[in-house]
Amino acid sequence: MGTDQRDLEPSGFRLKVQEAFQLQPVLVPLYAILLSFIVGGILIALIGVNPFEAYWALLRGMFGSKDNIAASVARSVPFMGSALALAFAFRAGLFNIGAEGQLLVGGVTAAWVGTWAWMTDTPAIIAIPIILLAGAFGGFMWGWVPGILRAKTGAHEVISTIMLNSIALFLVRWIVNSRDPVILRDLEASVPRTEAISDTAELPTIIDSQPPLHWGLFVMLGVCFLIAFVLKRTTFGFETITVGTNPHAARYAGMSVDRIIILAMAISGACAGIAAASEVSGTNQLFQPGTFALIGFDGIAVALLARANPIGIIPSALLWGSLLSGAPLMQQEADVSIDVVRIIQSMVLLFVAADAIVRYIFRVRGEAEAHIKASTTGWAGQ
Amino acid sequence: MSAQSIDLTAGDLVEARRFGRRQITGMVFGVAGIALIALVAPNITGDTRTFAFEPPPDALDFSFDPPTMVTIIGLIYLLAGGLSFLPQQFDRWAGRGQLLAAAATIPLILVVALGLSATPATNVTNLFDESLVLATPIALGAMTGLWSERSGIINIGIEGTMLGSAGVGFMIFATLGEASSTTWLWIAILVAVLTGGALALLLAVLSIRYQINQIVAGVVINLFALGLTGFLRSEVIVPSGNSKGISTSEFGIPLLEQIPILGDTFFTGKPIHYMMYAVVFLTWLVMFRTAWGLRVRSCGEDPHAAETLGIDVIKTRYRSVVLGGFIAGLAGAWFSMESQSGFEDNMTNAAGFIALAAMIFGKWTPGGAFAGALLFGFARALGSRLQFLEVEISGFGIPSEFFQSLPFAVTLVVVAGALGRSIAPAAEGQPYRPSK
Repeated sequence: MGTDQRDLEPSGFRLKVQEAFQLQPVLVPLYAILLSFIVGGILIALIGVNPFEAYWALLRGMFGSKDNIAASVARSVPFMGSALALAFAFRAGLFNIGAEGQLLVGGVTAAWVGTWAWMTDTPAIIAIPIILLAGAFGGFMWGWVPGILRAKTGAHEVISTIMLNSIALFLVRWIVNSRDPVILRDLEASVPRTEAISDTAELPTIIDSQPPLHWGLFVMLGVCFLIAFVLKRTTFGFETITVGTNPHAARYAGMSVDRIIILAMAISGACAGIAAASEVSGTNQLFQPGTFALIGFDGIAVALLARANPIGIIPSALLWGSLLSGAPLMQQEADVSIDVVRIIQSMVLLFVAADAIVRYIFRVRGEAEAHIKASTTGWAGQ
Repeated sequence: MSAQSIDLTAGDLVEARRFGRRQITGMVFGVAGIALIALVAPNITGDTRTFAFEPPPDALDFSFDPPTMVTIIGLIYLLAGGLSFLPQQFDRWAGRGQLLAAAATIPLILVVALGLSATPATNVTNLFDESLVLATPIALGAMTGLWSERSGIINIGIEGTMLGSAGVGFMIFATLGEASSTTWLWIAILVAVLTGGALALLLAVLSIRYQINQIVAGVVINLFALGLTGFLRSEVIVPSGNSKGISTSEFGIPLLEQIPILGDTFFTGKPIHYMMYAVVFLTWLVMFRTAWGLRVRSCGEDPHAAETLGIDVIKTRYRSVVLGGFIAGLAGAWFSMESQSGFEDNMTNAAGFIALAAMIFGKWTPGGAFAGALLFGFARALGSRLQFLEVEISGFGIPSEFFQSLPFAVTLVVVAGALGRSIAPAAEGQPYRPSK
């Protein structure tokens, strides 16, 4: 969100004050959201429901009570991880659409480690980091594979991550379903799922909403800030962005492009993996493949909405999660299909990206921004 | 390898040739060949197995004993491996050898699977027919991508375009045709095609007029279609009470359907499936044999150079993206009105992304993309066939998930091993402003 340009400008106190009062960067997304709700409202009106009634129910579903707010936030947490998985790779000029698979593998690894016998005797302060790291490790490995394939053989990461998504799905399905031999299946459960993880490995709940808001929120916020820090303040981050902007220049400057590609993919995978681990540990206390459906897919949109900015992902994930969390109440009270929310989401993404439309309609002055410079050069950019 | 590829000078290129991709692939084939002859052949059952080409009774078939077949294929692998290490002037032969070996992998999988299963025979003609049918949406989707990307617009909205047209098309069929009249079926298919065009037009407007990031534009289409079709299904299709109905019916191609064995399977089928072949052929013909196609391709490679030749880049891009959308609309109709009659949420189930993979696999050429689509179709058909055969290795039943993931694993290996870097159209993804 323009942070890159800001670095190039002289930074004085006056400039900071000016920036603080500049509403434009906030104004355009807000107008975009408003416009999306108008589009959704027209659709609702078309099926003969009063859109204000429907939106009132949606709003109460999102923020109507303490429990609803907590549920909305809880729903947003996994999107932070899956969006980071896209955003970090995006900065390296890679298009990682493998968050779906990386979440699954991270989740199943975390669930497996969480059921280890000695975990029950381990204090939570050690057990929780172990389960989170296990998830991150699973995701890391599942991201590392397309990374190494891209760097060493040139196999396009879009193909390989799509393939690995499907492979991951069948792999975890087998791990969780199989009765002969039993791998991780909980034989007493009627639906295929793993056994519950040890109590000590559970992330503590903050508010017992549905789904519960737990410490995974702070874990994922931490990961967002960590990735932002890595990108902005470390040599590795600088190299990643350079490779993403211009791999030839990076190569010429003596950076190992291959190494950056592999690591960027693997770290992306780890972000998704840790999000999956936090879900396993905080929300379900066990692993069920279905719980991760579409989280990786939506992560693409969440990350693009945030323009691949790790901090921007936080509000964008919150918007995403709370809309999904509020929708059932809208369906219940106004009898409007929850899919309206998906249409609104796509419109938000559309209007934020095509801010020329928003600026035109609401007469906001200023130039339309050029978005997401890295990776706009097509996808075989190298 | 990476150290060498940093700065490719002419000298490095010669250096790299000595032990390039071809030799490495050759080595893999060689090792696999030895493993087949030494390890697999002696351990596989010696009982006779049969490939049937027709349904019983008195089917035409081909019986063999698995160890001999495995040995023969192993020898082909070894030959391909050996050819790869001949001096450079025999490069063509090495390529042919590897192609033959790669093709021999298909019978190899079948032979081994049948050898490991307790079932003595399986119908092969059916299997290939199923592969072709399953390749239909993927090949069509890949052609969509091709039209769009060759003109310079990245299209990851194929999935959404197909899903949207499947949903809208079936909605028309369910509401106006009560899912039972043939006339309305065809009108609905036409509506699906037009819906595909409309969604593609949205992609084109966003990426050409508003110049937003084309990947974002594609994701918008995917999300929008997912929401819209879900909405239409629960608000229109289900309330109409016609969630299921008739689908396109099989017909035989005159004369060709009379051919023994092949006629019943390959030349009797459903219409959209046959249209797919026409679309692939026409795409190739128009894109590579006509002036129009040349213009489309030049817009994707260097729009400014195209402009100096008097080509209207913007118009050309709009036209080919929308044309691609029509093709995706046809693929959508296949989902909701040919393979089954009815619409389910997210019924395309990532086929659009797989089509994208097939297109990249085919290096942005119609023939290659079609081959990629066939590979997916075959692997998927094979997966479900093998599941049915109950393959066992020393009493341990191979899980069905393994076979289901086989197509994806095969693609991964093929893309990583034999294919290498694929080069996209040069100007793809870059917004274009006319220089005036």
